[in-house]
Amino acid sequence: MSVEVRVTSTLQTLVGQKAVQSEGATVGELLADLDTRFPGFRTQISGADGELHRFVNVYVNDEDIRYLRALDTPVRQGDVVSILPALAGGGLPALAGGAG
Amino acid sequence: MSVTVYIPTPFRSLVGSRAHIEVEGATVAEVLDNLDHQFPGVHDLLYSSQHEIPRHINIYVNNQEIGSLNGDATQLSEGDQVAIVPAIAGGSGDGEAPQGAALTPEQVTRYSRHIIMPQVGSAGQRKILGSKVLIVGAGGLGSPVAVYLALAGVGTIGLVDFDIVDLTNLQRQILHQNDDVGRPKVESAKETLNRYNPDIKVVTHEFPLTSDNALEVIGQYDIVVNGADTFQARYLVNDACVLLKKPLVDGSILLFEGQSTVYLPGRGCYRCLFPQPPPPGMVPTCAEAGVLGALCGLVGSIQASEALKLILDVGESLNGRLLIIDALAMQMRTFKIRKDPECVVCGDNPTVTDLIDYDEFCGAPVRAAVDA
Repeated sequence: MSVEVRVTSTLQTLVGQKAVQSEGATVGELLADLDTRFPGFRTQISGADGELHRFVNVYVNDEDIRYLRALDTPVRQGDVVSILPALAGGGLPALAGGAG
Repeated sequence: MSVTVYIPTPFRSLVGSRAHIEVEGATVAEVLDNLDHQFPGVHDLLYSSQHEIPRHINIYVNNQEIGSLNGDATQLSEGDQVAIVPAIAGGSGDGEAPQGAALTPEQVTRYSRHIIMPQVGSAGQRKILGSKVLIVGAGGLGSPVAVYLALAGVGTIGLVDFDIVDLTNLQRQILHQNDDVGRPKVESAKETLNRYNPDIKVVTHEFPLTSDNALEVIGQYDIVVNGADTFQARYLVNDACVLLKKPLVDGSILLFEGQSTVYLPGRGCYRCLFPQPPPPGMVPTCAEAGVLGALCGLVGSIQASEALKLILDVGESLNGRLLIIDALAMQMRTFKIRKDPECVVCGDNPTVTDLIDYDEFCGAPVRAAVDA
């Protein structure tokens, strides 16, 4: 099944567009498909253990998959999957040490 | 011809507690006469013995004060909105009310576009004037937030920032202007805000917010608006707000993208949304990747609106929803945010019960010896 996966700033550079069609019956399968087509995709959003980074949220429609079945969450035709990383930007230059 | 008349709170007892009344009339005077026919006594409140509208009452036709039109002879059209806005709510004597309890005539005029809205009114404007809001960062987001809150009359605005205005800031930070380069940001910001509105108090905190001072600073305010630029600051401000039970209006920006939400005490926090920060360097900062200057206005304006809604206790806040703004497509979407029962700071069994070392938590390099 083909499902639309929307990506933002950082992943968009890797994918080359803001939305991409991916094949799979679960969120995990969609991400695996994208990793095959866009090498490095998976390391942007999950660690060596395969678990999603805790600063990246994945939504099926508007629901966080942590409150569904995580990577095993099934997807259906017409669902939209969104991947959102945390953003820090705002204007206060560094609490300490970071870039302004 | 029929117009809608907005009745201010202190006069509503005369009109059956209604805020809006349909009244016939071709001029303001006719409408006020007809209003008096329907509700005897209104006329006496609105006119002096010389049959003039006293100076402590402003009347607006579609947001224009009738003094700038044709007085009570101002012609009306079908569907016009007429608003009656008295300076002294409750009708107590001039100048006798305690500070903050009543609006001065100048305040009634300055904030008239707020006061005539049923969601604000003079009671709401007094709430705004009595509120204390801390803005973390006087930069990209802090600038529009501070300007709009100052214009709105937020009585005490705190600004925490230790940085100096730099030429690269001027592409987006509307608190600062060309001549301010080299000055402390909070100093430049305070001057700008007081020029916009001398009616408010601006408190400057010219130091970095740290685990040692955050509780003391944030504790002085009712609401915190976040315009921080690092994950350390975001987790620090979040944890301090959870511990102090303060509402936090969050916003962040990068490139053409913005995020905003509102965290309310006991109803989830930043850590419920993002339990851990990315490793340093993984998500770029604005300094590394850039940001569209005007996006600051978009997101900052949303934050200011949310802060004012919290002060007024009106509408539906962004609490429980993460608003994502894609300025390239100019699309906005919202995603659900749930309170995580396992959250380490606001969950059922919190393990973070005091502020921690956020540099260590975020894996940041060791603090620079000298700020700015």
